[in-house]
Amino acid sequence: MATKKSVPFNGTEEQKAKLLAVIAEQKGEKGALMPVLQKAQEIYGYLPIEVQKIISDEMGVPMEKIYGVVTFYAQFSLYPKGKYNISVCLGTACYVKGSGDIYNKLQEVLGIAGGECTADGKFSLEACRCIGACGLAPVLTVNEDVYGRLTVDDVADILAKYE
Amino acid sequence: MADINVKINGIAVSVPKGTTVLEAAHTAGVDIPTFCYMKEINEIGACRICMVEINEGRGFRMVAACVYPLNFENTEIRTNSPKVMDSRRKTLELILSTHDKKCLSCVRSGSCELQALCNEMGIDNESTYEGERPTFEIDNSAVHMYRDNNKCILCRRCVAACAKWQGVGVIGANERGFKTNIGSAFEMGLGETSCVSCGQCIAVCPVGAISEKDFTDQVFAAIADESKYVIVQTAPAVRAGLGEEFGYPIGTNVEGKMVAALRRLGFDNVFDTDWGADLTIMEEATEFVDRFTNGGTLPLITSCSPGWVKYCEHYFPDMTENLSSCKSPHQMLGAVAKTYYAEKIGKKPEDIVVVSIMPCTAKKYECQRDDQAAAGVPDVDYVLTTRELARMIRRAGLKFTALPDEDFDDPLGLSAGAGDIFGATGGVMEAALRTAYCWLSGNNEEVVEFHEVRGTDGIKRSTVTIGETEIKVAVASGLANAGELLRRVQSGEEKVDFIEIMACPGGCVNGGGQPQQPMSIRNFEDLRTLRAKALYDEDKAKTLRLSHLNKDVQKLYDEFLEKPGSHKAHEILHTTYVKRTIN
Repeated sequence: MATKKSVPFNGTEEQKAKLLAVIAEQKGEKGALMPVLQKAQEIYGYLPIEVQKIISDEMGVPMEKIYGVVTFYAQFSLYPKGKYNISVCLGTACYVKGSGDIYNKLQEVLGIAGGECTADGKFSLEACRCIGACGLAPVLTVNEDVYGRLTVDDVADILAKYE
Repeated sequence: MADINVKINGIAVSVPKGTTVLEAAHTAGVDIPTFCYMKEINEIGACRICMVEINEGRGFRMVAACVYPLNFENTEIRTNSPKVMDSRRKTLELILSTHDKKCLSCVRSGSCELQALCNEMGIDNESTYEGERPTFEIDNSAVHMYRDNNKCILCRRCVAACAKWQGVGVIGANERGFKTNIGSAFEMGLGETSCVSCGQCIAVCPVGAISEKDFTDQVFAAIADESKYVIVQTAPAVRAGLGEEFGYPIGTNVEGKMVAALRRLGFDNVFDTDWGADLTIMEEATEFVDRFTNGGTLPLITSCSPGWVKYCEHYFPDMTENLSSCKSPHQMLGAVAKTYYAEKIGKKPEDIVVVSIMPCTAKKYECQRDDQAAAGVPDVDYVLTTRELARMIRRAGLKFTALPDEDFDDPLGLSAGAGDIFGATGGVMEAALRTAYCWLSGNNEEVVEFHEVRGTDGIKRSTVTIGETEIKVAVASGLANAGELLRRVQSGEEKVDFIEIMACPGGCVNGGGQPQQPMSIRNFEDLRTLRAKALYDEDKAKTLRLSHLNKDVQKLYDEFLEKPGSHKAHEILHTTYVKRTIN
């Protein structure tokens, strides 16, 4: 069993103070965990073990319960966005044109699963639904850059541009 | 509440308004199968195996019997109609579609609730729904148990036991949908978490997804090794539970047959942990009287339950000074076996193997702790649960029910009734109070029973007056209760001098290593009370009921340890604790 690894945590004291204030406001309320997690994600951008630990200690809720909620809802992420966020369209048109293979290839090359971020914080990978560029299917974006009419062989060239 | 009249499968019954369909059916003598339902602590209606047809005046529809309350006169319920049976089979087939179905090699084969129900419902195809099956790595990281999620049916009973009974909550459901799995935060192995090893999760698991680490092969090998002198000892609660593995009613004391079975398995000595319990009382009562009269750290808290000790270290690290420094009874017996007794029989401690049969999985972890090795080798080499002993007896082909009743060996086999009741919540406290009463009152042979500390309430309190002295005592079982009590003590809301804590609800009789009873029994019978009665009856029937009058314990002090609390006693019978964090 391997504990999930994320990128090194760079939380600031300011962020922590904000989180503690949110918890102080919500503590004791029934069903407080969801709003606290939502705010925590707003503050940090994601919910790594360090943030969940603060919430667990301050709210007296076992860490596993928090982790269970975080992994249940798609709105929560255990990983930050990388410097370059790669978003692969798995909408119908792109998928039919083979974006699934491209998505798999990226996971393989980057060594991460969808939703995760590489340990150096450089690339994060996610799947998205139709971005309205079906004419270019299959499509992916890297931050604001759009790449279309792709094949699996294009993956290496695209990544190389950001090295 | 007022009674209402309902019909279950056409039979009229009258039940209080608000009764669940499941309970009403039970009253009417009808079983409805359940997987996820645990009375009071897991009423989540999640597994859907208990679906029944109900008509509250607007036609029949399907509801979950475990959580559906009966509120209307003349409600009709069908628990075994074709539609219900069909639903039950479909649910089973869907559960099987993500199950590994390796019954032949499964530890729970024969006692598995899923296997039994599939058989009952006539499931003739194990693979109705072919397709992808989630596969999981087995978690072997904990000292005392493993988790194999390939067998898990996601009933969440383990999760409820851990969070609600024990207030620990290190396991839960992660991810969702097809990927849902029971595990710990951030995929930590159980061994990395603040799991206390109590094994209550194992005791309630309907299938073979979680089980103790089995050491029966190692024990068989030790017995077969001619160079080893193999000593076995059994905890009080084992005799009150073991019979269930061989068809005896819950609460049958099978001490005599258990001893006979152990002798036939080939152990060189069959000793009684109850003797170790009497010895524990000598040390612990001395420690209490010393702390109480000399202004030591109070409350003193018992240390017999290793699940509790680990909980204290993780969750109340500031209170480890309150823990009695006494080793637990089986560790004490092991320590004496490898020092005093080893000398007597002319054996080297490293040639002696001590095997403890315990109702407990935390003892597996305890025997590997630091500072549990009086003779320089571990006091106890192997801990087996009651269930593992039953496996050994079956594997060796012993006809348990046909065995004669035999007695424990001397000199570590004689015990007072006070030692017997160690297996039930309040028993350690009562045993200690009986002896403390004699010492403080000067009446060395008067047996006083302390009924206020008996029974299955989660927290019990009593004030004991001995002469001019008033002692405030409290007893908690189930770690959620223990946590509640300790928070009150820490905040100063409650002042107590002496506390007994047992990790498992009801104490060791309901330990995580005891025979697993299906939830269809546990939801309606109180295992804790039935098994505890066997121990209180044994105590009642004995003439020797005070630990300090155990002549073999007295002899140990005369010949070897000098007196309770002596320097030598501390070296051999006491231990130390560490402060841990919550993970």
